[in-house]
Amino acid sequence: MAELSGKYLVGVYDDDDTVLHAVPKLRKAGVKIKEVYSPFPIHGLDEALGHPRTRIGIAAFMFGVTGCCAVLTLMIWTMGYDWPMIIGGKDPISIPNYIPITFEGTVLFTAFGMVTTFLISNGLGPGTHFHPRFDVRATDNKFIMAIEMSRNSMSEEEISRALKDSGAEEVNIKQF
Amino acid sequence: MASGHSIPSIEERFEFTSGAKRSLLIGGGVGLALVLLGAYLAANGGGGHEVAAHGAEHAAAAGHAAAEHGAAAAAHGADAHGAAAEGGHHAKSWVARIWANLWVNGVYFTGMSVVGMFFLSYNYLAQAGWSAVFKRVPEALPAFLPFTGAVLLITFLLGGHDLFHWTHKGLYEVGGAEYDKIIAGKQGYLNTPFFLGRLVIYFVVWYLMWKKLRNLSLQEDEIGGTEFYEKSIRLGTAFLVVFGVTSSTSAWDFVMSIDTHWFSTMFGWYTLASWHVAGLAVITLTIVLLRERGYLRAVNSSHLRDLGKFVFAFSIFWTYVWFAQFLLIYYANLPEETIYFIERFRGHGGFYKAPFFITLFLNFFFPFLILMTRDAKFTHSILKVACWSVIVGHWFDFYTNVMPGTVGAEASIGPLEWGFFLIFLCAFAYTIANQLTKANLIPRNHPMLEESLHHDIA
Repeated sequence: MAELSGKYLVGVYDDDDTVLHAVPKLRKAGVKIKEVYSPFPIHGLDEALGHPRTRIGIAAFMFGVTGCCAVLTLMIWTMGYDWPMIIGGKDPISIPNYIPITFEGTVLFTAFGMVTTFLISNGLGPGTHFHPRFDVRATDNKFIMAIEMSRNSMSEEEISRALKDSGAEEVNIKQF
Repeated sequence: MASGHSIPSIEERFEFTSGAKRSLLIGGGVGLALVLLGAYLAANGGGGHEVAAHGAEHAAAAGHAAAEHGAAAAAHGADAHGAAAEGGHHAKSWVARIWANLWVNGVYFTGMSVVGMFFLSYNYLAQAGWSAVFKRVPEALPAFLPFTGAVLLITFLLGGHDLFHWTHKGLYEVGGAEYDKIIAGKQGYLNTPFFLGRLVIYFVVWYLMWKKLRNLSLQEDEIGGTEFYEKSIRLGTAFLVVFGVTSSTSAWDFVMSIDTHWFSTMFGWYTLASWHVAGLAVITLTIVLLRERGYLRAVNSSHLRDLGKFVFAFSIFWTYVWFAQFLLIYYANLPEETIYFIERFRGHGGFYKAPFFITLFLNFFFPFLILMTRDAKFTHSILKVACWSVIVGHWFDFYTNVMPGTVGAEASIGPLEWGFFLIFLCAFAYTIANQLTKANLIPRNHPMLEESLHHDIA
């Protein structure tokens, strides 16, 4: 994914509390943080990073509405018009009978839609080959902070010092 | 969300101001005036003609149902005709309407009160931390149980004959004109002494278990330690076992037995779902109103969001159970089952069709849509609207369940109905507020309080 390519400074932290407190300190000092990677969710980190809120909820709602309409249309068209059928003595178009499958369709469309959206927006999934890793220890016992150099006006030394001051064990340079 | 905020003081006492008391008393007074007006209109208004017309329609609808569904429904047709033939009842149908209204509200508010205890119990059983900070609110609800218990008992003793078809003696006399084989077969369960015994036992057990839990909570406030918490977990678990059975049986007794021939295996769950979501709406609404008056500042937006989710989720759960009951009956199309919905759709001049769909709208579509987004679940104004929608909506729910089998075609939604609802609401609010003054608003020695104060779902 092109938006991740470039030069990065990568801070490695040992403790979730340290990284949580480092974030506001660094932001206050003027460092723009790209992302923090952690082996487990850290309460309050999203707000500390100031990331805009995810819009996947809106997407989910749209997928749900699409699924609901699609399945209702399918049922009404097949059962009522294309090949009218009387089942259980009901009218060919009897909405209560369609509710369970409409519900299922809504859930199915929402689930698939959200997974697809997630994969696309994160550049994952089949056919994608660019998987930048800032530090593999982010899946184990370290907390990794990525800082994109091109988005920061501060010099490498300044940022590196700020990272160290905020409790980083190591500062590495990563180029994608 | 809470991470950056300081925790407000946990020492606070709710003050039930004289102004608030006066408003609630005025509310109750307005309710009483509406009831008197409604009773006067119902007793003296030009109801006679209307009643006769409705009666004819009723008989016609019953006949129609019988013709349509063959032999099994014929019993119902005969039943309806039998009721119509007892002309004496029709002269004082407004009395039956009063009993039925007392019953609707009595059952509904009983449920909302006992759900306070239910909520506490499952929170104890799950050893939930987040709910500790506001647990005084659900804890206050069951204080209303003696009141609704008395209402139900008195209503049954004085008006039971008007409400419950199965109380008619003739139904059980083999060979008699009124003999009904189906109802006679249910006599082992549906008979007055057993019913009264159950009614009293429900209320005594629910109330005493709550009283015990409340005392443990108050002692914990003074003494501290984890001993009371451990005891509360055991008591809460015991209550869940008790309520697991009594919620279903009380639903059969209070509501399902009105339509004596009909039964549904979903009914216990359905009524519990109804009570539960209404009780959650009351808890949430009370917390929001307390916060607006400057109390419970320690309840943060994460708590509110979780409460909003509770109301949201259990509106859906109620709808799910409602629909599960409806769909099976609709699909299987057995006459003795469909009669229940036919009566609400087409019977009694189609009167119940409106409340039937209002119920669905207020309890599902409306709260579902407005509580869907994240921010809505902690926005006071939206929570208030959603909670009121659910509270009024489930009143309609019980109205639609109780009225067709009791007052049938003479039903109406007018000053009488709103008056009774208002009286019960004000009395309920008064009891809750009064109960809240009796202890520190935040359970200061609850072992989970610290966790609850830092509840953060980001």
